[in-house]
Amino acid sequence: MHIMEGFLPFEHAIGWSLASAPFIGWGLLALGKRIRDKPEQRMLIGVAAAFAFVLSALKLPSLSGSSSHPTGTGLGALLFGPVAMAPIGTVVLLFQALLLAHGGLTTLGANVFSMAIVGPLVASMTFRMMRWLHCSFSVSVFCAAALADLFTYLTTSVQLALAFPDSVSGFSGALVKFSSIFAITQIPLAISEGLLSIVIFNALARFNPQELRDMAVLPAKRSGA
Amino acid sequence: MKRHRNALLLLIVVLLAALPLWLVKAPVPTDASPPSDIFTGTDDKARALISQISPDYKPWFTPLLQPASSEIASLLFALQAALGAGFIGYYLGVSLNREKQQRINQQKSGKQSDAD
Repeated sequence: MHIMEGFLPFEHAIGWSLASAPFIGWGLLALGKRIRDKPEQRMLIGVAAAFAFVLSALKLPSLSGSSSHPTGTGLGALLFGPVAMAPIGTVVLLFQALLLAHGGLTTLGANVFSMAIVGPLVASMTFRMMRWLHCSFSVSVFCAAALADLFTYLTTSVQLALAFPDSVSGFSGALVKFSSIFAITQIPLAISEGLLSIVIFNALARFNPQELRDMAVLPAKRSGA
Repeated sequence: MKRHRNALLLLIVVLLAALPLWLVKAPVPTDASPPSDIFTGTDDKARALISQISPDYKPWFTPLLQPASSEIASLLFALQAALGAGFIGYYLGVSLNREKQQRINQQKSGKQSDAD
């Protein structure tokens, strides 16, 4: 998943790690504050992490002939804001990097940036915009989760194209090539992720309507962007 | 109605995952090329593209721990999915129970206020 161990030049690996670090720190502070203020939400934070765990373990075949997996970060971003997903996504990525040789430690910064920062940010912004445009809750959830998934892999393509520009067509040529691998495979998977996110939101709304009303439907106090 | 909708959504997810298995045909192997794989991971494809764009690039770090075989790798993936799904199931079970308990308590207090 994402960029494999050792497959980013040293400077890029350092650069993406430095770019991701402040978000992880900010996210840890935000999560800590939330657990202190609302300890009853601890379980729901666990659910957001568990959802990302399940979805990033599902390697699905795609119409492009290769397989990849969804990311599951959209749900948590809608519940707890995009910043909170930075540390949660990092845990998922660390699990896969350490135990499964999937992703990597040197590429962790870059993978955190695409999956745990850009994806959740896209999810939150999409959701807020669609709710503001009076789209239905389910449609907004679907688009937020699906676009978060897609933008995660587009970011990966950008990262790889920056590191390995094509000798003839440069950055843009490489971007087209990398995104034709990642993004095209990801389109049906993004749709799956959007649908699964609706299902889990339905389940959460069925049992915890008040909690959800407090958190997701009402706009958050602070913008994550 | 809601329950049917969820079942329908899950059905679409299953179809999205299953249809490619029928629709995508494996490339016809030629004598020159080794039998081509289908449904390999996108990372492997990306790695192949990297070595095509810059053939001189050598990965400068290797994973600390490699799953001993693809079986072990699928074991760990299954474990990851099971941990996540287990927790979600646990949470939903707890929520269901709590809701039930609340309803019982409401009924009790309702009866009491009737009695007063």
